Amino acid sequence: MCATCGCSDDTGTRIDGVAVPGHDHSHGHEHSHGQDHARGHGHTHTVELEQDVLAKNDHLAGHNRAWLDQNTIRAVNIMSSPGSGKTTLLERTITGLGAEGVSVVEGDQEPPFDADRIRAPGCRAVQINTGAGCHLDAQMLSDALRSLDPPRGSVVLIENVGNLVCPALFDLGEHARVVVMSVPEGEDKPIKYPHMFRGADLVLLNKVDLLPHLDFDMDRFLEHLRRVNPGAALHPVSATRGEGLQEWYAWLGAHSPSAGTPVRAR
Amino acid sequence: MHELAITESIVAGVAERTGPARVRSLQLEIGLLSGVVPDAVRFCFDLAAEGTTLAGARLDIDEPEGQGKCLTCEEVFTVRTWAVICPCGSSDVDLLSGTQLRVRSVEVM
Repeated sequence: MCATCGCSDDTGTRIDGVAVPGHDHSHGHEHSHGQDHARGHGHTHTVELEQDVLAKNDHLAGHNRAWLDQNTIRAVNIMSSPGSGKTTLLERTITGLGAEGVSVVEGDQEPPFDADRIRAPGCRAVQINTGAGCHLDAQMLSDALRSLDPPRGSVVLIENVGNLVCPALFDLGEHARVVVMSVPEGEDKPIKYPHMFRGADLVLLNKVDLLPHLDFDMDRFLEHLRRVNPGAALHPVSATRGEGLQEWYAWLGAHSPSAGTPVRAR
Repeated sequence: MHELAITESIVAGVAERTGPARVRSLQLEIGLLSGVVPDAVRFCFDLAAEGTTLAGARLDIDEPEGQGKCLTCEEVFTVRTWAVICPCGSSDVDLLSGTQLRVRSVEVM
């Protein structure tokens, strides 16, 4: 059982079909405080813990971020609901930017292997199958980075598991968070999933080529988004038609290692 | 449902700190803006604690409201939902608290 999130047993997580051994979240700390007080008394007493429930994950995420920084690599965590077009967006991005400076970590509950789609244009990619897990965590990214071995100075795009709830809680060690939302999902998504949208540095509004066929109220969408996250950048795109992708590439360029300081340092 | 995941993480974290002692109760702080539903944690707890030193323990859950600081008028005010709006009308607010997810203390035998 994963000690941080517990949502998937150890044998359930696989990177490109290989079971991950020792998915134990060990991180070299002794947590012995309180044990001496807890033993050998016949009465009850209170032990102060002040323990952050997500501390282990956050600690590992810090290690990931430090490793990425040492190797001048920037990581972008891309999150959305299922079917919003993340994988298509990544395919277009790799073709548009060239496969040399970009590598991809694909998170999914089960095959089929999205990573094969990403590798087709020659891009370095690994797939994490989370089994029953509904999100990626920092340990999974750590394992994936070891397997991926991204080159210095590159950008790692992390496609999280399609889910607008759970991934928001788990820091992976990324430098920026992108939420992809497609217009058929409706303009109320930000207000229904505020935790996810609140954490976004950039929102990509995908499938805008479908707008003429939908009753999507753009003003209401903007109002909802600004209520939960006034500061997020927003780019309307169509991953299939190519609309708006130049702005997305420009945003990625501004967050590449050569552009200087990373945005997110939590 | 990430509350099962979170609850199992709470059980594992407490067991690691308290060793073989039996845990009678846990004092948790689940901020209103943490993204975690306390009732769902209660629902999952018996399952997560089964076979551990926490089995049968009582859960005392505090659900503190958040505090926000308006970046327009500098007012500090109470926040209960993620759609944060200052009484002055601005939504440009720095969230000071309300997202915490902590085990404050435990009562052990």
